Amino acid sequence: MDFINAIILLLNYIFIPALTYGSQLALGAIFVTLIYGILRFANFATGDMMSFGTMATILFTWYFQSLGVSLGVLPTALLAIPFGIIFMILYMLLIDKFVFKYYRHQKSPPVQFAMVSIGVMFVTQAVVRIIIGPADRRFFDGEKFIIKAREFKEMTGLNEGLALKSTQVITIFVTIVLVSLLFWFLNRTKTGKSMKAYSDNEDLALLSGIDPKKIVLVTWIIAGILATIGGALYGLDKSFKPFTYFNNMLPIFAAAIVGGIGNPFGAFLGGYVIAFSEILLTYAYKKFFMYILPESMEPNSLVQLLSTDYKFAVSFSILVIVLIYRPSGIFKGKVL
Amino acid sequence: MRKNLNVITAYSIMMVLILMVGIFQSWNIALSIFNLCLISALMTMGANIQWGYAGLINFGIMGYTALGGLAAVLISVDPVQEAWRAGGFDILMCLWLIIVMVLVIRFILKNFEKSKLRTYSIAALIITGIIIIRVTAEPGIEKIEAVNPATTGFLGGFGLPIIFSWIVGALFAGGLAFIVGKVALGLRADYLAIATLLISEIVIAIIKHEDWLTRGVKNVIGLKRPAPYEVDLQTTDWFISLVEKFNSGKLSVIDNLADRQAALNQLVIEGSSVFVKLCYSGLFLVVVIILLILTQKALYSPWGRMMRAIRDNEEAANAMGKNVVKQHLLIFILGSAIVGIAGAMLVTQDGLFTPGSYRPMRYTFLIWVMVIVGGSGNNFGAILGGFVVWFLWIEAAPISMFLINFFTAGIPETNAIKAHLIESVPYFRFLLMGLGLLFIMRYRPKGILPEKIEIK
Repeated sequence: MDFINAIILLLNYIFIPALTYGSQLALGAIFVTLIYGILRFANFATGDMMSFGTMATILFTWYFQSLGVSLGVLPTALLAIPFGIIFMILYMLLIDKFVFKYYRHQKSPPVQFAMVSIGVMFVTQAVVRIIIGPADRRFFDGEKFIIKAREFKEMTGLNEGLALKSTQVITIFVTIVLVSLLFWFLNRTKTGKSMKAYSDNEDLALLSGIDPKKIVLVTWIIAGILATIGGALYGLDKSFKPFTYFNNMLPIFAAAIVGGIGNPFGAFLGGYVIAFSEILLTYAYKKFFMYILPESMEPNSLVQLLSTDYKFAVSFSILVIVLIYRPSGIFKGKVL
Repeated sequence: MRKNLNVITAYSIMMVLILMVGIFQSWNIALSIFNLCLISALMTMGANIQWGYAGLINFGIMGYTALGGLAAVLISVDPVQEAWRAGGFDILMCLWLIIVMVLVIRFILKNFEKSKLRTYSIAALIITGIIIIRVTAEPGIEKIEAVNPATTGFLGGFGLPIIFSWIVGALFAGGLAFIVGKVALGLRADYLAIATLLISEIVIAIIKHEDWLTRGVKNVIGLKRPAPYEVDLQTTDWFISLVEKFNSGKLSVIDNLADRQAALNQLVIEGSSVFVKLCYSGLFLVVVIILLILTQKALYSPWGRMMRAIRDNEEAANAMGKNVVKQHLLIFILGSAIVGIAGAMLVTQDGLFTPGSYRPMRYTFLIWVMVIVGGSGNNFGAILGGFVVWFLWIEAAPISMFLINFFTAGIPETNAIKAHLIESVPYFRFLLMGLGLLFIMRYRPKGILPEKIEIK
């Protein structure tokens, strides 16, 4: 019995939260990696673009709520996401047309692109804050829990409860569907294959008649979908605050690089690597050991490797270690 | 004279702008803008040395600034004897353990061939080392943080004059840069940017959460000052007579003796804070000028020529027998040290250390905007960039307020959109910075004062 309790404890406090957080990071990381692989620059505006997409989603959610439209037990935001995506893609294409296109034609070095993306970051941050303000916002409605901790305890007779939030299930489900679709698109369709070819060798791809304009357009569209859904899922699960989104850029970068930048599958797994290591290293295992060890060996301290304050620092340290020992990432991406 | 015309014009316009703030808003605001401009200029110089001279991209400015600030705390605060008695031994023990660990790792690295076994044993050593250090430090840290947590709860510093911290801040930042440089300098430019950004976040996380060293988010307030205190000045005779002399014209108009005394008191209170700010300006100006002279000398020396050669063509410089790796590391350390000085100066001026306020937006990306706008590779450009961007950063709110009111003049005050815009005035500075950066990058990619190398 104690053993099952211990397992439930880990599931409740480590596995499910890490899987959810990892999915959110993974979507962002694929976004970073696609931009890096195809447009060839590190996009420092990642976090703020995600917050722009989320902002559009929130505005539509409010609009639907004011109309009285709802999805019943599901959050209204799910209905608003497609509209958010359209706005996000329009914004990205606008920025591409007025900012990035010029440097692409100039064949500027990646550093210059990175600098320009910082300019875009400032502008996007301003736009988001001017439109919706810097405050913390929750836009979740509908049924909050699928299983409540207390109900679970009553149902199974265990000491430990397992709470399953609906946002967690939605996040994991949407991520699986979206990522499967994306990989199907990249590997099976003609456009997807030509994107891969363009990413591998630009000149060869141009020679074989691939239209660069179309590639760029499709990349931004996919990026817009990923950014909005990733941002909205994070906002549904936690809350929406522009500053948090800006900060989330850092673990997202870490995930993309750890997975091997330019490699979408690597980025997908990288998200989970970062999320699991953050939570595994900062969780206090005292209760876990209390269940599995005999009473005489129970630990006195919290059995916590690092305090939770260092959550972010964990992922950054992993990144630094990967950069030193295996700069192309765990799953070989572009060689740096 | 002629070839420096654009430099002189640019600086004169900047000075006139600051003077206008002094005349139209207040001298207090003008001077505080000026002081922060000087500090920003110094940070920009540090980043410019790395980026402009050597083409190294450092997005870790925030980390070095914070380390400089930490130096100011550790140097100037009086030691907390009680805390040292309670947990000093444990902390010293840990320090000793860390030194031993580093020496052992160095020994292994030097004496064994590169192999998987070596890598794994070093990893194991580091992990066990961290666990041992945590176990030894835990009780000490708890005791230290329990010592009067509302006012101290940390070890304190050395109780020296705060000016020394400017040098120590440079050493701290240089030391960190040495480690970061050893680790990350081999990376390609945009990865170096990401790596330095993340390392600086780690530094901030440590400063924020190691309360026994820095008091963390509880902040350290009331640091010593190199300048006199306003309260003391207000009761000093020579200062009062100085203010009287300066404002004799204004005072002589008032006939009533009591009124004149009241007016004088008011002037003395205003004057004292202006005087304190002037003291800081003087100190900062000295530092900026000394560093400007040094960096200019370096830029035109054989060493500066070599750095430019390395920047423009690494392979060729390498083929000529220049040690590119070593020079990169050196310049990375030098630039970061300058940022460390600026960080210490910032804390000195504020008189308080708030780890929570170190955010990448303000201390990394804004500084980079300054570098790009001012003109990379040109020290005068870097300083000008610091001035222009900081000035706009502060004055963006009043400017955008004016513009909003101007364009929505016909709309009544109760209009929802107008009210919303006026409410979000503080965020227009981000818009201004972003647009400024984008326009400069597009139409004047070398900055306001581009790099100009004269062959002498």
